[in-house]
Amino acid sequence: MELSRRNKLLTGLCVTAAILVGRLFYVQIINDRYKLDSSNNSMLYDVIYPTRGIIYDRNGHILAGNKVAYDILVTPREVTEFDTLALASALDVSPDFIREKMQGYRKRKSRIGYQSVVMMKMLPPERYMKFAELQYKFPGFKGQVRSMREYPFNAGGNLLGYVSEVDEDYMEKHPGEYKPRDYAGKTGLEAAREKDLRGEKGYHILLRNSHNQVQDVYKNGEMDKDAVPGKNIVTTIDAQLQQYGQMLMQNKVGSLVAIEPSTGEILTMVSSPGIDVDVLSNIGEHYTQIVSDPYKPMFNRAVQASYPPGSVFKLINGLIGLEEGVLQPSYTYPCVNGYPYGNGHKLGCHGHRSPLDFEDAVMMSCNGYFCYVFKNILENKKYQNTSEAFDRWREYVTSFGLGEKLGSDFPFELGGNVPTSKYYNKIYGKNGWRFSTVISLSIGQGELGITPLQIANICAILANRGYYYTPHLVKDSEGIEIDSKYHERNYTKVDTNHFKKVINGMWLAVNAPPGTGNTAGAAAVPGLDLCGKTGTAQNPRGADNSVFICFAPRDNPRIAVAAYVENAGFGATWACPIASLLVEKYLTGEIREERKAVESRIMEAYLMSRVKKD
Amino acid sequence: MQYDRLYHRDIRKTIDGKLVVCYLLLVLTGLLNIYASVHAMGELTFVNAFESRAMKQLVWMLASVAVAALILLVINPQLWEVISLPSYAIVVMMLVAVIFVGGDIKGSNSWFKLGAVSFQPAEISKITTSLVLAALINRPDFRLSKIRDFIIAAAVIVVPMLIIIAEKETGSALVYLGFVFVLYREGLSGWFLFCITVMILLFILTLTASPYVSALVLCSIVTFCYHLANGKVKRWVLTAVPVIASAAFVPKLFSAAGETSFLSRIQPLWIIIGPVLISLPIKAFKAFRRKSLSAWISIISVVAGILVILSTDFVFNKVLKDHQRSRIEVLLGMKEDPTGVGYNVNQSLIAIGSGGFTGKGYLNGTQTAYGFVPEQSTDFIFCTVGEEWGFVGCVAVIGLYVFLIWGIIRDAEQSRSAFTRVYGYCVASIIFMHLFINVGMTVGLMPVIGIPLPLLSYGGSSLLSFTIMIFIFLALDRQEKRYF
Repeated sequence: MELSRRNKLLTGLCVTAAILVGRLFYVQIINDRYKLDSSNNSMLYDVIYPTRGIIYDRNGHILAGNKVAYDILVTPREVTEFDTLALASALDVSPDFIREKMQGYRKRKSRIGYQSVVMMKMLPPERYMKFAELQYKFPGFKGQVRSMREYPFNAGGNLLGYVSEVDEDYMEKHPGEYKPRDYAGKTGLEAAREKDLRGEKGYHILLRNSHNQVQDVYKNGEMDKDAVPGKNIVTTIDAQLQQYGQMLMQNKVGSLVAIEPSTGEILTMVSSPGIDVDVLSNIGEHYTQIVSDPYKPMFNRAVQASYPPGSVFKLINGLIGLEEGVLQPSYTYPCVNGYPYGNGHKLGCHGHRSPLDFEDAVMMSCNGYFCYVFKNILENKKYQNTSEAFDRWREYVTSFGLGEKLGSDFPFELGGNVPTSKYYNKIYGKNGWRFSTVISLSIGQGELGITPLQIANICAILANRGYYYTPHLVKDSEGIEIDSKYHERNYTKVDTNHFKKVINGMWLAVNAPPGTGNTAGAAAVPGLDLCGKTGTAQNPRGADNSVFICFAPRDNPRIAVAAYVENAGFGATWACPIASLLVEKYLTGEIREERKAVESRIMEAYLMSRVKKD
Repeated sequence: MQYDRLYHRDIRKTIDGKLVVCYLLLVLTGLLNIYASVHAMGELTFVNAFESRAMKQLVWMLASVAVAALILLVINPQLWEVISLPSYAIVVMMLVAVIFVGGDIKGSNSWFKLGAVSFQPAEISKITTSLVLAALINRPDFRLSKIRDFIIAAAVIVVPMLIIIAEKETGSALVYLGFVFVLYREGLSGWFLFCITVMILLFILTLTASPYVSALVLCSIVTFCYHLANGKVKRWVLTAVPVIASAAFVPKLFSAAGETSFLSRIQPLWIIIGPVLISLPIKAFKAFRRKSLSAWISIISVVAGILVILSTDFVFNKVLKDHQRSRIEVLLGMKEDPTGVGYNVNQSLIAIGSGGFTGKGYLNGTQTAYGFVPEQSTDFIFCTVGEEWGFVGCVAVIGLYVFLIWGIIRDAEQSRSAFTRVYGYCVASIIFMHLFINVGMTVGLMPVIGIPLPLLSYGGSSLLSFTIMIFIFLALDRQEKRYF
């Protein structure tokens, strides 16, 4: 049937009306989005903030806990005339502050609408209670419970990191996860474990009537959501040891790291100068001061600073030499104040008897001996040229966890540097370099860059005789399971048997009777059976860096420590006693009477002035 | 005297009472909802009663009823045809004058201010345009199929429309598109409506999808129509469909080829336009030889369609104003912006959506009461209906409009004079356009275009002009029924 034009138009009218009705049906009945939209003015979302997960140390002490604080909220549309002076005194602020705030809200009136805005943040309970008593006088003002970090120990400021309110930038980087007024961990463990620690927000949904009175709980609270508190974290840190380590390192620039070799758990990680925990809880106020500090307290030297390891590295070269078969423990090499190499150059050494065998060379830290060792490695006939031998050498070195990130669970870790043959080919041309060109690598100088954490890990490898667990800060605990890689042994490319001689040397360095020329006698503690190796690394920016690694006891070691003090001088003078005091404290719980003098010398020493500031 | 006698005798029979009741219901609904949308702004007291919008609207409503009675009962309906041309001329002059002397209200220069009262010539212009169009078509020698007559009819519509665009009242100008329906009823080819629809479709497709998709759709429509006209739909399915379907995958090929490929240097659009341009002269030659009209039309449509596609970018970015462009972008989903341009629509949708099936009850609306929905008593009055009366209320209101428009068309069709019929269609089309654009806007189907909902929105000038418009028709209709 042919429709008349009139009927076609009427059909069009009905179709259009049907489209409108269909759309209304969708918007009003099918779709829930517009009913539950948070900008729905009749629904009042009352946010419940979760408490942040607690950070514990390995012994159950709280490193970072929570305390209650209050935000003061204002709903400008509900505010009636009030006594500005009375409110100012209740909140302990100036009347001008309140006037200014209220004026600001008036300007943004249409944007704010019936919502609440925050006037003051994180008031401590004492201040809030004063306001709460008088709150009835100020309609439109109310308090909201928040939680704030609290630190029972002054331990681990840098490794814990701080928590602060999210800003625009942060919200953009984590789309959909945060809203204004949320807090998030920004550095350290707080940042690394943010997802576990933060918990989930909850809310009550209330209904308002058209006169803006709260009338009802939406659907009897069926749609409400409880806040889920953040998960607690158990760290591997020993709070008391950490605190003690911080005291030993005070007024010095450098780092002190202790690892439990049998697990890879980090017992102590000090970066000095660091951030005190009372600064952490109020980071906003101190931020400019921290940033302008020439010693950069925010810079976590333990995982980020790349230092030359100095003589400590001789141990690795020695092990490589033994494994490659170019060195036998019985080999002796002469050393008269150093090792001469081409054109009358000489790599100097301190005065000691000569010639020495391997153990003695380790004990006395002879530079000359390890030049021969490194020469043997690079001029090994097995390989066609220096380049190939060097690449082989580098493979060994990286198997000790050097040259790249260890992969600890601490954020912002850096990997240091172990040069490659390509690097030298680029500088000197292919085959344009040989052993004497890179001779400083034999004693841990030159292009080597190693973080204190990596040095401590070398120590743990020695303690374990050839393997390590990737160092980490978080332990398995209820609700938290750490990556399985932290439970796996990483073996070096050096056979376990070769470690025996090196450890003998390290034991002698500490425990040989006086007069034998041992380098680390200062670390000796009777009964602890300490093994150690000093290092004195050249620092182009001033006095030498003082380095020391040690582990104890010799058999079944329980702790491996690396101490690195910038511009302090000989390893034996500063780093050596610092590390040994830490070991003693950990193993015996106290410092022996005769070592108290050493302890107070270390704690009172002020070595900051030797460090060149930027 | 016969006039009076008849009026006394036949009043119930001659006036379409159902439409009058429908009118009154809509106006009362408007009044109730205007009160609802402003009542929370402050309690009504005796002192501020006359300040309130609801009170003002009540006064306007009474005035409108008086005017309606005057038109229906006193004025001789034959007057309207007589004054159509002069009133049209005067209103056009007023439309021009208001650009220069009019007060600036909400960014447009379309209002005359006479003391406390302001009015928009554009409102009256709809009536005068309808009257003059009706008078024109009512002329015995008028044939829409004659080019000359068609151009005159088009000019009558387009002249006020262009002036109103110059007044920056795009919304009101859009309503004039409704006159196309009148012309269609009076014999304009259906192809004309079809072409306008296709052009709008191509414009939207070009913006939302891509010029390529748009060109592809154009080709399929034109080839389909050509084959349909020649009764060879089967052949179209066998030849054109596979070609077009495979062409749809070309852009995929482009993205797969990557940026380094030579393909990236040519736009996919030219893959279609190129062959089309080459084949057009050949097709034109064939069409010339066979004297095939449908082929010629196809060729012209393809060229016109491609011109539309190519000019879309220009029109969209150069001709449209920033705020219009962003409104279209938000509507077409090209931009999410719930706090800026999308704010109105989002708030409007929340208000309507939160009404649910039966609404929150009269005066219990929270969204509209807090003043979150802008222009809630004027352009967004439908939100109040949606929130407080729910889906049921919305359907009732839309039903009233459909009933009104339907009734007008029915009466118009029954009249013997072309003047009454054409005028009736004009009124129906105008109400229809307002309804579609306004409600479409509040439910997010149309861009935000500021035009009132007839008889419901707050505003005396709007209420009065719609009253006059509708009651002139009722008077004409009554006259028909009385004398024939």
